[in-house]
Amino acid sequence: MPALSNPLLEPLSDSALLEVDGSRLAFTTDSYVVKPLFFPGGSIGDLAVNGTVNDLAVAGARPIALSAGFVIEEGFPIDDLRRIVFDMARAAEAAGVPVATGDTKVVERGKADGVYVTTAGLGVVPAGLELGPERVRPGDRVLLSGTLGDHGMAVLLARGDLKLESELRSDTASVHELAGALAALGSGLRWMRDPTRGGLATALNELARESGTTVVLEEETLPVRPEVAGACEILGIDPLYVANEGKLVAVVSADTADAALAALRGNLLGADAAIVGEVRADPAGLVLLATALGGSRIVDMLVGDPLPRIC
Amino acid sequence: MRFVSEYRRPDLARNVLREIEALVEPGCPVRIMEVCGGHTHTIYRHGLQQVVPPQVEFLHGPGCPVCVIPMGRVDDAIWLAEQPDVVLTTFGDMLRVPGKRGSLLEAKARGADVRMVYSPLDALELARREPDRTVVFFAIGFETTAPATAVTLLHARDEGIENLCVFCNHVTIGPPLRAILDTPGTLVEAFVAPGHVSTVIGTRPFDFIARRYGTPVVVTAFEPVDILHATAMILRQLRDGRCEVENQYTRVVRRDGNLRALDALAETMELRETFEWRGLGWIGESALRIRPELAAWDAEARFDLPARHEDDFKACRCGEVLVGAIKPVDCKVFGTACTPERPLGACMVSSEGACAAAYQYARPVSLTTA
Repeated sequence: MPALSNPLLEPLSDSALLEVDGSRLAFTTDSYVVKPLFFPGGSIGDLAVNGTVNDLAVAGARPIALSAGFVIEEGFPIDDLRRIVFDMARAAEAAGVPVATGDTKVVERGKADGVYVTTAGLGVVPAGLELGPERVRPGDRVLLSGTLGDHGMAVLLARGDLKLESELRSDTASVHELAGALAALGSGLRWMRDPTRGGLATALNELARESGTTVVLEEETLPVRPEVAGACEILGIDPLYVANEGKLVAVVSADTADAALAALRGNLLGADAAIVGEVRADPAGLVLLATALGGSRIVDMLVGDPLPRIC
Repeated sequence: MRFVSEYRRPDLARNVLREIEALVEPGCPVRIMEVCGGHTHTIYRHGLQQVVPPQVEFLHGPGCPVCVIPMGRVDDAIWLAEQPDVVLTTFGDMLRVPGKRGSLLEAKARGADVRMVYSPLDALELARREPDRTVVFFAIGFETTAPATAVTLLHARDEGIENLCVFCNHVTIGPPLRAILDTPGTLVEAFVAPGHVSTVIGTRPFDFIARRYGTPVVVTAFEPVDILHATAMILRQLRDGRCEVENQYTRVVRRDGNLRALDALAETMELRETFEWRGLGWIGESALRIRPELAAWDAEARFDLPARHEDDFKACRCGEVLVGAIKPVDCKVFGTACTPERPLGACMVSSEGACAAAYQYARPVSLTTA
């Protein structure tokens, strides 16, 4: 959107960073249009809080407040609305952040597909914490906090269009504690992202392009639940491109990689954390996968959206 | 057994690779063609070309039924989608394939009712649920998917469901293989034959390749260890001077195929005299149409389709890529004017095409060279 162009928006990262009276604030917003509204493991309410908290967390920010806006279709069942709001309240409490302000609008039947939720978040970035693609160097390691693809596949199967049954649950969760544990490593932490729409592959492709490096993933180290792998196989989907809503991917210096892994595994949400790859100098701008059989392939940027309305 | 992970085990792969290494001879290249998009993908996804000895070269043939649909037929599908009260149902792969008038996805964005289904039985269910609409199923694929279409037609006939019809673009695997072998200068020395088409047709239809063309054939499953195993089987045939059709996919494929599926096909479809294949031109008896008795469920009988022939773009060298005469990187427009986002030819239009797979997974980069 060129008309809105300005230096704060330019980096196009998950959160904007604002300098205010000597402090750095992170500011972010997201709209949630997930279908169905309720799915195994959570609801639009959970996503709306966790998604925004996570965008702040991976910017290195301590979340301090959220706003929540609702566009509700006339006739939407009040009990469903109560459930969604309850989920939001519970997620906000778990993340230790209040919903400080909000708004509700009702539109005519047929004009909003149930309910849409928009949340914005404000956080404070501690002095001295510098994160960004420009900090990433060849030799750095790539860490993942847990299993890939749980959310996207859970939502896809919950739609009921495919005759597949499973016990997959969304991984929606706030990763602020995981991010905080990594931030404590100091300058060894280079960059973080929550791999939502487009999955890990998209987040790392953006990093490779913005940092001018190569990211090489080791296929054998990628944590994927067997049920997710099975569902992906049947549907011809690659777990690398499937949305995650309770995970973070981080790049750390080689000498802090083991400490970073221990820090993630020390948290319940990071039990399946793994070192999944490394950064190299070239070919710049690409993500490669070293296959379990000893070959390699490119993990390209996704063309189009294979799984719409996942979040 | 999980049927996936066992056939991806690195230790099993290493065993087979050792056998392959013992079977190749220095200075003797062996060019093996696979013709199924699924095989192309497995080779690229697991980087198999890099782990086999340099003498073994995988060529990628015309086994992508999406790629070979001519642009004029895609335009016909778009025309159908734009007819009043029509719901056009299609497999996901066809949504982005461009005809001269754009793609089905673009038609959908303009307001046509185009819906993705995973099976023609989904289209039948839709017809039951929406009796006021005419549901058209865009049927594509080799003999692999044709039986599902056949069964759907039989159900529709037996239940008297009149608001369903099929736009039949099923093709058969034998004729393009013959066309490749008849092409002067063809480099193919052996075939890794498609596994899933064989679950329907069996392995007999490939006998002519061994008998008349002296080319070994191994019907192969789709995991990386399977393809390496098939490679070893081919090398053993060549070393022994044998020329046979062997079945590597014994866990699913039988010599005679699936008789019930073949019966359903015979009851509902017949061979067209000729059919146009994008990139390969007109090939005789290479495609199926719905039998006249079932004309009520045949979109080509119910509608007056534009049925225009559209020429491929001039710079397109898909015909040569499809028979393995050149590699995707040898085509001047590969990756420049012709990309997956803006495909010019058959090999780039679907992710199963040789050029699309090469572009996605192996633009000239590999960890062994980086």
